[in-house]
This record gives sequence, structure tokens and C-alpha cells, in this order.
Amino acid sequence: MNTTAPATASHRPPAFFADAIRLARKDLLIEFRTRSAFLAATVFAVLAVVIFRFTWDPTAIPAFDLAPGVLWVIFTFSGLLGLNRSFGLEQAERAYDGLLASQMSRESIFAGKVLANLVFVAGVQALTLPAVALFFDLQVGSAWGVLIGIVLCASLGLAAVGTLFAAIAANTRLAELLLPMMTLPFFVPLVIPAAQTSAVILRGQPLDDALPWFKLLLAFDLVFVTACLAVFPFTIEE
Amino acid sequence: MATSAATISRGTVPDVKAFDSFLAISLIAVLASCVRAIWFTPVDAMLGAAQKNFYVHVPAAIVGLYVACGLLAISSILYLWLKDERLDRLAEASAEVGLLFMGIVLVTGPIWARTSWGTWWVWEARITSTLFLWLLVLGYLVLRGAVESPESRARLSAVMGALAALLVPFIHLTVKLFRGMHPQPVVLKPEKPSMPPEMLATFLMATVAFLLLFFALLRMRMRWATLRDARAALEGA
Repeated sequence: MNTTAPATASHRPPAFFADAIRLARKDLLIEFRTRSAFLAATVFAVLAVVIFRFTWDPTAIPAFDLAPGVLWVIFTFSGLLGLNRSFGLEQAERAYDGLLASQMSRESIFAGKVLANLVFVAGVQALTLPAVALFFDLQVGSAWGVLIGIVLCASLGLAAVGTLFAAIAANTRLAELLLPMMTLPFFVPLVIPAAQTSAVILRGQPLDDALPWFKLLLAFDLVFVTACLAVFPFTIEE
Repeated sequence: MATSAATISRGTVPDVKAFDSFLAISLIAVLASCVRAIWFTPVDAMLGAAQKNFYVHVPAAIVGLYVACGLLAISSILYLWLKDERLDRLAEASAEVGLLFMGIVLVTGPIWARTSWGTWWVWEARITSTLFLWLLVLGYLVLRGAVESPESRARLSAVMGALAALLVPFIHLTVKLFRGMHPQPVVLKPEKPSMPPEMLATFLMATVAFLLLFFALLRMRMRWATLRDARAALEGA
């Protein structure tokens, strides 16, 4: 709609990020005031860490071999809890129609949603990562900055793909059930490289060992953030 | 709506036939290639009779993984561009028939692996990619089943199909970074196929037969989808 708007109300290119940030701020403000999804996702994540701790024999498998897998399984599933809400939020009172009728471009709506989800996922991770380190007695060492960088890299891809599929799932009958089915295959090239890179860091191996995985992660981000941005308008009924 | 229903009911609806001769021919071809593979092709000196699995496994993989998934990806991308409902039916049909052929690959593979590698399942690059692709197509079909309106169904599933086309190389790269033990391709490789001529002939025959079966099933499935859409249009009118 707004793409064909008259010149007086035209869409200004610099407003892309401003619009996206405004939308993300709105979503995060709602989340901050209700705290329902964030609390649920964090409690789920910590519970999962504790349960995983009892599923293996610590004398047989060293913690740093198991922790990366546990970490990324938990990140993925707790992320899905937040993604489900992303567009469900807009369905009450048909708020989504209002959003679409507004001045914002489709792309900035998507970017805003991705940003909000990224902050959400990063928030859950900020609490889960220390919990895993504590319960699994991990020595992250001096490479903790690299670990955070990798977590953010993978989370960006996770948020972009997850947001797109959340938009698709919101149009279906089985939204909550369908989202993991559609997204998990897409998370494979994110979760495996992220877990492998984390494993290299936690084992204290030289960082060069993780380079092919890290490149894959970056390539995924680049390709899928662009592709999701391009196809997002197709998820909207005109 | 009424006009589109009328044009559909007059012009483009396929005839409903009890006997599909294309399907019958393709089934005979598959049967013939099985007969040739079992009785008229020499037994492999190294791998023994288990090698016969090759004449089903590899043609099914070529048809299911390359032809069906290729058609699904191309028709999804083209649908987003052209918005032609025939492309949507093509995507739907290739996903469903492709799932069947990939299922054949995933069943015959472990049976062969049990005798040759001594284990049913190995987390190897090609095998893992195939499994993920199978799950991806399954997810695609579940998505199709979960959307009510035909227009939304076509649009949303085309988005997923287009993204899946981008995902496949990534999945393959990811699992390839783990070391592989799957037999290297013996037919589709840059140099000449390393196989005796009798075996190659049987293999090519089986591949053609599987391709025929694929297109026969695809045609049947697309006809069915056309009839379903025509009925929906008539009911909506």
C-alpha cells in the first residue's frame, strides 16, 4: 500500500531503520511490561539445563564435549517460544492490519520484528549461558568474547529465519505446532556450526580450527537475512 | 468467482479416467528393469548380490532428490513471480511424489548398508542431507495442509519452497564438514562411468523406468489437484 503512496506521503529511505527500531521498541515494551514470554523462555532454558545435567554420566563424557550441544538445543527451543509470540501479538484486535496500513514498508516491519526477536533471544541467552557454565563447570577462559560473537551471529540467522516462519505460521491453523516443524531444518546449518565453534572454544583449541564453521555461519546469515527480507512481503495477504 | 468456476468446468478440467495408460506403461517398465536387474545382470564380484540394490536406490535418488526437489524449488520460485496456480499444483505434486521416491532411497539405503557396512545407519554427509531434505519436504506438505484458503496456501508454501532451495546447499556443506563414507558416485562423475556395460545398461534402464513412473504419478497427482481446485471453485460459486 505505502509503496504506491503519493509523493506527499512518500516513504523516505532513511526511515527504514527508524521504523524498524520503533516497531522493535513497541514489541519489546509490550514484552517488558508483561514479561510472559521472556519469563517462560528463561525458566524453560534453566530447567532444560538442569534436566540435561542428569541425563549423562559426568565420569564418562567430559562436560565440554556435551555442553555445546546442550547449549544450542536449549537456545533453539527457547528461541522458538519467543518467536511464536512475535506475530501472535499482532493478531489481537487485528493490530497487524493497522501495522500494514501504516506508513511502514513491509521490509521495515520484518526488520523490526527480527530486531525484537534478536533482543529477546539474546536476553534469554545472556541468562542461560552463565547457567550452563555454572552447572556444567565450564572454563570459558579468555575466548569468551569470541563465544559471545558466535552466539550473536547464530542468533541473527535464527531470528531472521524464525521471524519469517512465524509470519507464515500465524496464517495457519496449527501455528505453535507448525513453527518448529518448519524452522528446525533451517536451523541445522546454524546450530551445527555454532555448536562446533563453541566446542572448539570450550576445549581451548586454537580458534583457527573453528574457521570453516564460522565462515559457514556468516554465509548463512548473509544469504538468509537477505532472502527472508526479500520474501517477507509474500507472507502478507494483499 | 462464478465466471472462473464456469471456465474451469468447461475448459481445463481433465477427464476422469479409470485406467491411466501412462502409469501402466511406467509400472511395466519398472517391473521389467527389476527383472533385468535380478536375472539378467551379472552379480558384482566384490559386493555380491547386495549390489543389485544399486538399481533401485540410485535411480530413486536421482528422481527423488534431483528431479522432484528441483521441480519443487523451480515451481515455487516461479509461483512467487508469476502467481500461476498451475505452478502451485506442480509444486504440490512434485513434493508429494518426491517424498515417495526419497522414502524409497531412505529404506533401500539402510538395507544395503546393513550387509555392506554392517550397520543400518551412518551419519554421513549424503545420507544426512537426504534425511533432512525428506523432513523438509514433509514439513512443506504439513504446512500446505494447515492453510485453508487456496491462495494463501500457494503463496505461503511457495515462500517455504523458495527458501528451502537456498537451504539445501547449506545443509549439504554443513554435513559435509563431517567426514563421509558413502560410496562415491560411479555414474554421475566427471570421468567415464566405472561400471561394466551390462550393469550400466541395466542402471540406465532402471533410471528411465523410475523417471517414467515419477512423471506418471506427477501427472496423476496434478490432475487430482486440478479436479479438487475446480470442485472448490464450483462450491465457492
